Amino acid sequence: MAFPPEHEIHRRRFGRNIGVAVTLALFIVLVFALTVVKVTRGDPMQAFDHSVRPELAAEEAE
Amino acid sequence: MSDIRAYEQPGEAGFGDYVQLLKPRVMSLVVFTALVGLLVAPVSVHPVIAFASILFIALGAGASGALNMWWDADIDAVMRRTKSRPVPAGKVAAGEALAVGLALSGIAVVMLGLAANWLAAGLLAFTIFFYAVVYSMWLKRSTPQNIVIGGAAGAFPPMIGWACATGGISVESLLMFALIFMWTPPHFWALALFMKDDYSNAGVPMLTVTHGRKATRTHILVYTILLVPVAVGAAFTSIGGPIYLAASIALNGWFLIGAWRIWRRDEAMAEADGYATEKSVFRFSLSYLFLHFGAFLAEAALRPYGMGGW
Repeated sequence: MAFPPEHEIHRRRFGRNIGVAVTLALFIVLVFALTVVKVTRGDPMQAFDHSVRPELAAEEAE
Repeated sequence: MSDIRAYEQPGEAGFGDYVQLLKPRVMSLVVFTALVGLLVAPVSVHPVIAFASILFIALGAGASGALNMWWDADIDAVMRRTKSRPVPAGKVAAGEALAVGLALSGIAVVMLGLAANWLAAGLLAFTIFFYAVVYSMWLKRSTPQNIVIGGAAGAFPPMIGWACATGGISVESLLMFALIFMWTPPHFWALALFMKDDYSNAGVPMLTVTHGRKATRTHILVYTILLVPVAVGAAFTSIGGPIYLAASIALNGWFLIGAWRIWRRDEAMAEADGYATEKSVFRFSLSYLFLHFGAFLAEAALRPYGMGGW
């Protein structure tokens, strides 16, 4: 069975799909970059996890 | 077959039509003013966080544009200036514009909160609410003061940018807000004077329709006079300086002369030269805002070299 000829509407849908894909890919890159910056900048990242963390206690005492 | 039926829908949207929903031209002004608000703040921001913050502020502004297009599809279809927008042109369904607007609003606010801080995110959420609900749904069709109060939505971006950097609100950020807030009415009323029939055909109670064109000319002059102390006053805060002061005095003098010339004219004179003065003041008002924020930026850029500021 032969493929039906490509219609203009298929090209438009393909363009839309590419647009969404590129947008999502850029969003992932951005979230990753934000994560790297926030982690490496030394923002306080620790939280209570059932082990003794004196530095957290000191922070609370302030 | 369903495929054949699909061929019969010529109005199916492309990716660009969804981008148009976000009002990219309005977005460019939002990006610029928010960026200035962020850069002139006394706290430095990591470039990645600054980029992400501006992006999500722009996305939030775009989302409110999509919500506006959903709500205003009926009047957009009537006005010459707006009838080719994606919803009235039949490319994007109104419900789709609503979905895009709501989804992007949520993403923009949450991501700005995570990237910068929750005060900035809260201000962005309020801006979207203000533009979509207070302006579009409530004021636009009910009062000729619609753009005066609605102008607040466009005035928030530099305040959000400042909040991204500092985590707070200050007299500087309030003055940047006030500058755009006071600039909006004369800017739009100058437009309304020469976009003659558009608003009346759509039934939007613009000042030109409800109070007449002479009253609109007077309003332009009065609001321009009120704008001057706000614009020049910002020169004496921490974000101002001699460059800003000189630029502001020149720009405000020019804007006042323009408003005065608009006030002195009547409809016969305006008709005779094709609204030349009104059009030139409208065009100048765009440069006016751009150059004021450019001057803030220049002061901030020169400060590390001991030249900007007082």
